[in-house]
Amino acid sequence: MGVVRRRSGGFVLKVNPILCDGYGHCHELAPELVTMDEWGYPIIKAEVTPLSDLATLESARYAVRGCPRQALRVERVSDDAGPIRR
Amino acid sequence: MMDATQMPRLLHGTPGTPHTLDQHEAVYHSTFRTSSLLDELSRSGLTGRGGAAFPTAKKALLIREQRGHRKYVVVNAMEGEPASHKDRTLLSTNPHLVLDGAEILASIVGAQRVAITVARDNPLVVNHVKRALHERERRSKRGPELELHTPPWRYVAGEESALVHWLDDNESLPQYRPRRPHVLRIGRDPVLLDNAETCANVGLIGRYGAQWFRGLGDEATPGTQLVSLTGAVAQPTVVEVVLGTPLRQILAAAGADPSPQALLLGGYGGAWLSGEYLDTPYDNASLKPLGAAVGAGVIVVLPRQGCGVVETHRVVRWMANESARQCGPCAFGLPALAEDLAHLAHATRDASPALGRLIDRAGVIEGRGACHHPDGVVRFVRSALNVFRDDLAHHVAGNACTGATSPTHYATVPTIERAEELIWE
Ligand SMILES: Cc1cc2nc3c(=O)[nH]c(=O)nc-3n(C[C@H](O)[C@H](O)[C@H](O)COP(=O)(O)O)c2cc1C
Ligand code: SF4
Ligand code: SF4
Repeated sequence: MGVVRRRSGGFVLKVNPILCDGYGHCHELAPELVTMDEWGYPIIKAEVTPLSDLATLESARYAVRGCPRQALRVERVSDDAGPIRR
Repeated sequence: MMDATQMPRLLHGTPGTPHTLDQHEAVYHSTFRTSSLLDELSRSGLTGRGGAAFPTAKKALLIREQRGHRKYVVVNAMEGEPASHKDRTLLSTNPHLVLDGAEILASIVGAQRVAITVARDNPLVVNHVKRALHERERRSKRGPELELHTPPWRYVAGEESALVHWLDDNESLPQYRPRRPHVLRIGRDPVLLDNAETCANVGLIGRYGAQWFRGLGDEATPGTQLVSLTGAVAQPTVVEVVLGTPLRQILAAAGADPSPQALLLGGYGGAWLSGEYLDTPYDNASLKPLGAAVGAGVIVVLPRQGCGVVETHRVVRWMANESARQCGPCAFGLPALAEDLAHLAHATRDASPALGRLIDRAGVIEGRGACHHPDGVVRFVRSALNVFRDDLAHHVAGNACTGATSPTHYATVPTIERAEELIWE
């Protein structure tokens, strides 16, 4: 039982606003998750994206890798409760 | 033994001539409970008096559960709110009660060191605390080591992660804490941080217990609150009130304008409340539906001849300048809010679009800083949009009231220093 793992749960992209310098690449790399405010800082979609949405997960990972300040992180959210601790 | 319904509880004595240790022990008797202190604290229902009203026992439990043989208790008497003077009044009246509470908290969480933090810009208070610490040192010493620390005064210097960062690394800059609850640390050592007034209440609960503490206030919001009153008052004062006292009664106790236009409640990250709600009990359960909170116990009284739009602008402009400028949405967003408010306050030709921008920008900034400084400003601005909506309409139409051009102001706002002159370390 339970050998097959389903990709349940979801994720959110999170930014450390102290590290973030703005005018960045995250909006270009993950436009479905990130818009820019008038000062060039990222506004990140707050809603949880299901992990099954592989294309968006892929963009999120691009953004994480592409951020010159390493200010971004993908945070997993379990189906039921809050974020999974790792 | 102090009676459970006796008032005042915390401000027993004369501000400016603090009780000596002997006097202190004559007023509040000197024996403490030794067991189940956390239990008593939990049953007391005490919540933090520094602004967020978080249950004190819950926070203590989190730190007690942390591993590590070295832990700290930090007493936050930074009092960053310009309209607040309750913590310095408390320390200038009953410093030993605060220190008792800190020692009790240290014993609950297993801390060996207690840091009392007072802004160095308050030399009188620093001296009172120094003297109290000397007095205690001369007594046979058991318990944790007590040290005084004096960071520079800044609004965000009293924010918990900024204060701990200063103790750790001499810089009053808030830290990014992605997960909550977050355990504050000095080096690797867990820190329990509580406001000075919170500690004073712990000093009482450690003596007399939870049931005694609940002898004043009601079920949901027990105890008393130190309230700083400024603005249209006979003179700025701190009064200790039972939580749940109607606002009208608190104003009367301070000789304030009995029919003000509005009250600024909580602090500069708090909210305006219209003067029509003076019969509201002063406690979070009653204020919450009105969008306000007790916060740090600040009440600024705005009389009818004052202008709420102008006052809001003055406060927000200063708050914007107090940003630690680490996060874009705070560093750029708050000055933008202040600029929009300037157009509204001065009823310029750009006032109408400024109002739209202000509403949009408030929504964009919220929740995007590493600390809650910008969120407080957004809350404050939104409350102004609501409480002063008629005045705003007049300002937008180019008809500012007479209060808008009057040189008399009500909210205390320090002079705005140039960004490069702000001291953070
Ligand atoms: C911008 C900002 C400034 C703050 N300044 C103070 C302060 O000057 N004094 C204080 O006691 N708490 C201040 N706080 C609240 C503290 O972060 C913290 O919640 C509080 O000291 C915890 O103590 P308590 O649980 O006893 O209230 C501030 C919070 C923020 C977001
Ligand atoms: S790429 Fe990184 S530094 Fe640039 S805006 Fe995005 S989060 Fe900020
Ligand atoms: S939100 Fe503002 S005050 Fe808080 S850390 Fe960021 S820049 Fe500093």
